[in-house]
Amino acid sequence: MDGIHDLGGQAGHNALGYHRDEPVFKDRWEAVVFTLVRASAQAGAYTNIDQFRHAVERIDPKAYLEHGYYGRWLGAVETLLVESGILTTAEITERATRLGAAPDDLIAARPDPTKTQTTGIPAQRNPIGEAPWFQAGDAIQTVQAAPLGHTRLPSYARNKKGFITACQGLWPYPDLRAHGHGEQLQYLYTVTFDSLNLGFSEAFELNLDLFEPYLNPIEIIQ
Amino acid sequence: MSDQPSPQSLRTEAIETLLIEKNLLTSAAIDTVLTTFSEQVGPMNGAKLVARAWVDARFKARLLEDATTIVQEYGFEGGQVDKLIVKACTESVHHVVVCTLCSCYPWAVLGLPPRWYKDPGYRSRIVREPRKVLTEMGLSLPETTSIKVWDSSAEIRYMVLPLRPAGTEALDETALAELITRDAMIGVAAIETPS
Repeated sequence: MDGIHDLGGQAGHNALGYHRDEPVFKDRWEAVVFTLVRASAQAGAYTNIDQFRHAVERIDPKAYLEHGYYGRWLGAVETLLVESGILTTAEITERATRLGAAPDDLIAARPDPTKTQTTGIPAQRNPIGEAPWFQAGDAIQTVQAAPLGHTRLPSYARNKKGFITACQGLWPYPDLRAHGHGEQLQYLYTVTFDSLNLGFSEAFELNLDLFEPYLNPIEIIQ
Repeated sequence: MSDQPSPQSLRTEAIETLLIEKNLLTSAAIDTVLTTFSEQVGPMNGAKLVARAWVDARFKARLLEDATTIVQEYGFEGGQVDKLIVKACTESVHHVVVCTLCSCYPWAVLGLPPRWYKDPGYRSRIVREPRKVLTEMGLSLPETTSIKVWDSSAEIRYMVLPLRPAGTEALDETALAELITRDAMIGVAAIETPS
C-alpha cells in the first residue's frame, strides 16, 4: 500500500528528534495501548503481525504523522477491534466522550467493515518443495508495483537493480497473509543495492530483505 | 495547569475499560507489561552479547554466524526475534539499522525502540543520506569508512556489534557491558573510551 507509512527516502521530514535518554513509555496510556495490542490478539481481533501492520498503514494519514508511535498503534488496534466485531466505533466514542473527550477529536482508526480483499504484490508460484529461484550473487531488478494492499517492498526500492546477498529460506508472505490468505510461504532474500542505483546522491550500500515475488532476474552483460 | 488528558489517552481509556468489562483485558496485564519492558527487556541484554564478543573471539564468530541460537540460549524475553543477524563494525565498514515501513526492532536484545527510531525523520532520511544523518546525531565517520544500511523489511532483525574503544584493555566483561549503549547497537553512535 502506497501510504504515509512508506517513509524511506521521502524528503521533507527533516527533524530527527534525537534524544539519548527517554523513558520506555512516556505516559501510562502508551503502556496501556501496548497491552491492548496484545490483548486484542488474544481476543481474536487479528491473527498475525502483517494484519496488524496493515491496520497501522490504514489509519488516518494526518494522525499517522501527528499521534506518534503509540497513537498509531491505538488507531490500528481500534480498527481491528471494530472490524472483528469485538467493539463498535459508536460505543468507543460514547465511552471516550463520557470520560471527557471532545466529540470532534481526530479519530485515527479507519475500520473497513466490507473487508475488501485487496492484496499486495501477487505471488507467481507456490515454492514449497521447489528450489529458490535466486542464489547469492544473482543480479535482480525489483518489480514496479503500486498495490492497494499490504506489501513489504518499499516505494524507494521498486523497479531498482541490486544483487542477491543471501537466501533466507521460506517465510510467510506478508502481501497475502495481511489479507487473511494464510501463510503462503515464499522465499526471502537479502538484497543489496548501491545507493546510486536507488537515485540517492550519497554513496553507501543499502540492504533489504525482499520476497521472491518482488524480484525479477536480469542478465548482466560482462 | 495543563493536566488535561490528551485525546489519545481518553480514547485508550475508553477501549481499556470496555475490554476490561468484556473480560478481554486485566489491569494486571498492564502492570506486567510495564514491569517487563522497564526492567527485564532492554539494551542490557544486547550489551551482554557485545561485551562477551569483545573478549571472546570464538563467541564473536558464533554471534556473527548464528545470533538467533545465542539469543535462545540466553533466554532473553520480549519476542520480536524470529531471526537475529548481528553485523560487526570494522575500521572500514560501519553498519546502521532502520525500519522504513514501520518500526521493526530487535526487542529481545534492545528492548522497545526509542521514539526517534519510529519517527518520520530518521526513517525517511537514513536510507537517503546516512552519513549526513549520523553526523547530525553526533557520529562523524571518516570518509574512508563505508556505510551499510539495513532496512528491516521482513521478519529478520538486525543488531550492530560496535567497535571496542581503545583504552578498555583492562576492563572485564561486566565493566565493558556498562559502556555499551542502545544507540551504538542500532548503529547511530560509537562507544566512547571511558574517561
